[in-house]
Amino acid sequence: MSNGVAAALFRTCPVTNLRVHRDAEALIKVNAVVAIVAFLVGVIAAILIVLTRWQAVHLLPAEWYYRLVTAHGLNMLIFFIIFFEMAILYFAGPVLLNCRLPTPVVGWLAFVLMVVGALTVDYYVFSGQADVMFTSYVPLRAHPGYYVGIILFAVGALIVVGLFFVTLLVARRERTYEGSMPLVVFGAMTAAVIAVFTLAHGAAIYIPTLLWSLGYMNVDPQAYRLVWWALGHASQQINVAAMVSVWYLMGGLTLGAMVLNEKVSRVAFLLYILFINLASAHHLLVDPGVGPAWKVWNTSYALYLAVLASMIHGFTVPAGMEIGMRLRGYTKGLFEWLRRAPWSDPGFSATFLSLIIFGFLGGVTGVVIGTEQINIIAHNTLRVPGHFHATVVGGTALAFMGLTYYVIPLIFRKQVSLMGLARWQPYLFGIGIVTVSMSMIFLGILGVPRRHWDISFANAPFKQEFSPLTDLFMATLGIGGLLAATGALIFIAVAVLSVFVGRRLTEEDIRRGVAAVPQGILRLPPQQHGEAEGEAAHRAGTPGTLVLVAIFLTVFVFYYFTNWKVLSLVWKIG
Amino acid sequence: MHSGIVSPKGVWWKPAGRQERMWVTVALAWSLIMFAMMPLWHFKGAQNPSGIRSRVEPLAYMERVNRFVADYKVGEENGFPIVEPPPGSDIYLLGRMWQWYPALRLKEGATYTMHVSSLDLNHGFSLYPVNVNLQIIPGYDYALRIVPNRAGEYRVICNEFCGIGHHLMIGKIEVLPAGSAATPGGASAAVAKSGAAQSNSSLAAEVAHE
Repeated sequence: MSNGVAAALFRTCPVTNLRVHRDAEALIKVNAVVAIVAFLVGVIAAILIVLTRWQAVHLLPAEWYYRLVTAHGLNMLIFFIIFFEMAILYFAGPVLLNCRLPTPVVGWLAFVLMVVGALTVDYYVFSGQADVMFTSYVPLRAHPGYYVGIILFAVGALIVVGLFFVTLLVARRERTYEGSMPLVVFGAMTAAVIAVFTLAHGAAIYIPTLLWSLGYMNVDPQAYRLVWWALGHASQQINVAAMVSVWYLMGGLTLGAMVLNEKVSRVAFLLYILFINLASAHHLLVDPGVGPAWKVWNTSYALYLAVLASMIHGFTVPAGMEIGMRLRGYTKGLFEWLRRAPWSDPGFSATFLSLIIFGFLGGVTGVVIGTEQINIIAHNTLRVPGHFHATVVGGTALAFMGLTYYVIPLIFRKQVSLMGLARWQPYLFGIGIVTVSMSMIFLGILGVPRRHWDISFANAPFKQEFSPLTDLFMATLGIGGLLAATGALIFIAVAVLSVFVGRRLTEEDIRRGVAAVPQGILRLPPQQHGEAEGEAAHRAGTPGTLVLVAIFLTVFVFYYFTNWKVLSLVWKIG
Repeated sequence: MHSGIVSPKGVWWKPAGRQERMWVTVALAWSLIMFAMMPLWHFKGAQNPSGIRSRVEPLAYMERVNRFVADYKVGEENGFPIVEPPPGSDIYLLGRMWQWYPALRLKEGATYTMHVSSLDLNHGFSLYPVNVNLQIIPGYDYALRIVPNRAGEYRVICNEFCGIGHHLMIGKIEVLPAGSAATPGGASAAVAKSGAAQSNSSLAAEVAHE
């Protein structure tokens, strides 16, 4: 390839010195923008839903409540997250590997398919022809066009994943990097592999369901749940793998986090690939169609080996941060590395909050309610959304927000608009979502069902009164929801303003150190240290992180056995 | 030593550090403990979701429920038959848009085999206030042995979305105190042995309460 052509196809990033392929860059931009639009739709739905469940407000009529719960799930959990992950794949593939994007036209085709699919789904949902919830459990029937939309979207996503694998091969053949692929790319590849079998299950369930909706075949409702959840839960594992990769990435960019040991981190990613897809079982623990051996084996991801993987990352990510900071001279005591971290950089605060919220709240509650017998006291209560709002919102979405604050200057080459607000945004959103999640968990413990328009049971044949505590937690749920929504809207405003009307970021701005750019971009922390120096730091250890994980394990063990105790008090059943 | 965006050169398969090895060992041990708890609870615990699981035609199941109602009906409330089966018997509950049918009257401390299934869509059996939750799927008969451990009024809430009337779907289970009399004329009157007289009044109070 001649230099002239290369210059037209690539630009060199002034911060990281990586070559950026212009097609890859354009695809990152469009996927990120559409992700944010879907996120906005999801946030508006969230506000209306939360103001309906808050019985004191009870805003929407039943029909629109259920419709918006459906829309909220699809736009957040599918469209926002997956469009964003497509952008991550275009970043982790071509950009981090210094490589061209092979056959960009296929990338554009996939993008069009995904947009058409998403618009089709939203059309049928908002026009009231698919009031079936995110899960669309057969025999609940949506308009066939709804299933067609999902299939189009999934095919598009599968093409992008394929393009990512092709990029890996091209990068290797064209020797665009030396040695092995970076850990962040390895993590993204893990997400991509999980995406393949996730989307394969999507095809395996949505194609028969489409045919069923047209009257050509039968779909067994229990088989539907089994295969659908191999899509529905496994797709959350794409999010986990992508989020952990973002933790490693943002740790490096914001404070020079090191990789403690490539082997340990990569084996942990490998455990995700091997075991995480068994988690379909989490949703079938109190189902009549499967037996106890199946439930125990699968719900535990074999022997909790995928949980082990998350616990490994839960150690190596903060420990890598600690070592990186200690190598930069923050060596005092247990926690100087953490105290002196760039807490006003939204890229860092979002990453660290994501790590804490995902681990302490999302992970622990998930493992506990995913225990076969404990699920009896949790299934389909508000504890379930309480858990996954901590993983997928407080964890994944918040990590993606942090990344966005770096994507705006690095890829869009714009200054971050409203930087003052942006510095507060991760805290506001984090506190909001933790409040939402904990309120839901308490409500679930009180027996309050999820996806329910009216727990006062007005007009129902038997009267029902929940504990008065319910009113309190419904109010905190409402307030937390509004806080989180405010944080989300600030995020959207920052992203949209920066991208569309933001000030262009020049190399001169970076040298001068403008305030509207996160600190990691102004002064990228060292990404490499000498072997001897690194070894010494590694041997000296990460005492601060050890304290953090010891607290984590204590909380985990306590919460776990408390739940067994609560279970032992209910009716004998079996 | 390098960050996660740097390509490692040469062989990176190196022994883990002391702290990583320690944490992985602890985490693995905890994972195995959590795994062991589930089979252990099957042997030692009193709450397991296994039950007796079988397939059933929804219409056939409804007929079985109707026979059950005809056999043991003792009254009616808000259009729902109240059914009082003898302790030890099989009891049948039907979920359908948007009812839990029929209302049940059980005895504290007695064992029943409770069958639950659905006529139409997925429903969620959520027993309030004990918070026992089960997924109910059309075509599958989920039969579980239950022992109500406290007298009182219970509700069965539907916690799986089942269409626009989902939030109206609520059923009733009443648990009479152990030793109380069966409802006169009710099915369990035949098997109730002694102690009928002294607790008639408490039952009357309970009925009046409604």
